[in-house]
Amino acid sequence: MAEVATEGRWKDVDRLLSRHGNLVSAEFDPRPNLREDIGEYVKVLVVGAGGLGCELLKDLALSGFKNIDVIDMDTIEVSNLNRQFLFRLQDVGKSKAEVAAKRVMERVSGVNIVPHFGRIEDKELDFYSNFDIIVLGLDSIEARSYINSVACGFLEYDADDNALLETVKPMVDGGTEGFKGHARVIMPGTTPCFECNIWLFPPQVKFPLCTLAETPRTPAHCIEYAHLIKWDEAHSGKAFDADNPDHMLWVYKEALKRAELFGISGVTYSLTQGVVKNIIPAIASTNAIVSAACALEALKIVSGCSKTLSNYMTYNGQEGTHIKVTDFFRETDCLVCGPGTLIEIEPSVTLAEFIEKLEKHPDVLMSKASVTHRGNNLYMQAPPVLEEMTRSNLNLALYDLLGKVAKDTVHVSGMTEKNGKRSSSLRKLRVSFKGVSAGPTDMDTR
Amino acid sequence: MDFKQSLLSYLSHHCFLRSCFSDSSETMINLFKIKGQKREEAANAVGRGNVKKQSAGELRLNKDISELNLPNTTSICFPNGKDELMNFEISIRPDEGYYFGGMFTFTFQVSPSYPHEPPKVKCKTKVYHPNIDLEGNVCLNILREDWKPVLNINTVIYGLNLLFSQPNDEDPLNHEAAAVLRENPKLFESNVRRAMSGGYVGQTYFPRCLFGPPTR
Repeated sequence: MAEVATEGRWKDVDRLLSRHGNLVSAEFDPRPNLREDIGEYVKVLVVGAGGLGCELLKDLALSGFKNIDVIDMDTIEVSNLNRQFLFRLQDVGKSKAEVAAKRVMERVSGVNIVPHFGRIEDKELDFYSNFDIIVLGLDSIEARSYINSVACGFLEYDADDNALLETVKPMVDGGTEGFKGHARVIMPGTTPCFECNIWLFPPQVKFPLCTLAETPRTPAHCIEYAHLIKWDEAHSGKAFDADNPDHMLWVYKEALKRAELFGISGVTYSLTQGVVKNIIPAIASTNAIVSAACALEALKIVSGCSKTLSNYMTYNGQEGTHIKVTDFFRETDCLVCGPGTLIEIEPSVTLAEFIEKLEKHPDVLMSKASVTHRGNNLYMQAPPVLEEMTRSNLNLALYDLLGKVAKDTVHVSGMTEKNGKRSSSLRKLRVSFKGVSAGPTDMDTR
Repeated sequence: MDFKQSLLSYLSHHCFLRSCFSDSSETMINLFKIKGQKREEAANAVGRGNVKKQSAGELRLNKDISELNLPNTTSICFPNGKDELMNFEISIRPDEGYYFGGMFTFTFQVSPSYPHEPPKVKCKTKVYHPNIDLEGNVCLNILREDWKPVLNINTVIYGLNLLFSQPNDEDPLNHEAAAVLRENPKLFESNVRRAMSGGYVGQTYFPRCLFGPPTR
């Protein structure tokens, strides 16, 4: 019975993967067993098992992906149940990743989903390098920034600043907020990465502290007063925990008192949660639409069965339905995904000599550079206390300071001059040591 | 290389090449295995185990710090060493005005989303000031509603220095201090002196925070 059901289930996906068309990529090789190959060989990571994650797991499993990992650090709450459909009331308190994985495996035979209950920052880089494609269902800029920097960290360039294709880790990033959402395809080295376009995000709404203290006018002012000012006054030392219902209740009651004092109406417990945690109510259909777009892009990327989204889709269902796809350009000197400027030097060059060379290097022309390497500040020009702490590195060979590798990335900041105007700049440099034999990373590329 | 071209090249390097499928399944499995191996080697060499990931925010903070132009009144210290710059402290010793002679310490907490989010600044020293409350919250517009990513640590430090040279009664966090400054500047001056020397202003006790005149 299960076999018959399974066969019928895959009919449409197989049709998509076994027929030529006008919109397929040139390398698309339609075959009746393409879905099986995708299932056997492709490893996909889903980041997040919440509103987007549940939908993504379902869509990817039903598209033929069979090797799926999912990671989420949260546990299930009652408020999730209006849209995170893999969860039930009796699952409240359990790990989202574990329950989601279990439920999808029960419904789609043959799929294997490995859940990871934990933080994305706690995984080793090897974990991420295993996957062929990463699909994001995240809810914060920070988390996206992190995954983006990990994926783009694998990216390597050849001497002509072309991305080495084996090092490209594609990502599909989805996000939703009420009636709005987006889906984007990130091919590091080709399309903009997350940092390239981070300026697209509007600034967060922040009220002046004195408005909160003196002249509140809205329920949100009252809530933030209780949250940011009154809390510390009453609980000095104890940190406010947004996930602690007692803390939230305390803030709500204080906000009510203040609102009453100023004749402001509209403070409710759910508004309190929304303001304090920056939450916008979630809608199931928005999540479904955005996840569907993401899962479809993932299928297209691994199979070539159609042209991929190029490269940023926005959806707005607030008034009617509005969808737009924009083809954004990369930042050529993006600190995260850019190639950086190639600098070739002898292994004997000291840090001080390196800093001097940057002044005259035609592609850099930076004076008084400060140098940082993978989080270690090799030399800081200022302030005096840091300059003293790092001065001793100046006489050491840069090759030793970078850990005796054939090539590595450093970042430098200092003063540059353009069109007669001096300004400060931050640059990424690829340092390559002449005459040093490279390790296994130096793959023979076409 | 435009997007379409590079995607195709990507796919052609990936194992879904026509040639590898026309061969027997064994060849295909081998190709995948080899790719897996190469990827592993690459990850091991590039990843190097626990290599710290530096976010774009940290890099931008490094740049701001390396370009710090501290006024004579201000000194900085990094309690977590030269490689952990996200948390640091500055001390301001105003060289003029009501607060001349005092020393005030501020903690800075910079998040990985810097510069899209402003640094979190709190005053560690208990101070009698119209724009700084007794919990250490600082009412400075560029720390909240007027923050822009183009601002930097230098501008914040400049703003904090201005708080001491130009306390203002218009955006008060400490209402009593603001009222006294507005209505009776002489009384405000003596309240500030008493607070800095260690003593009571109204019901509140202020620990001593006097220091010598600012040195270089």
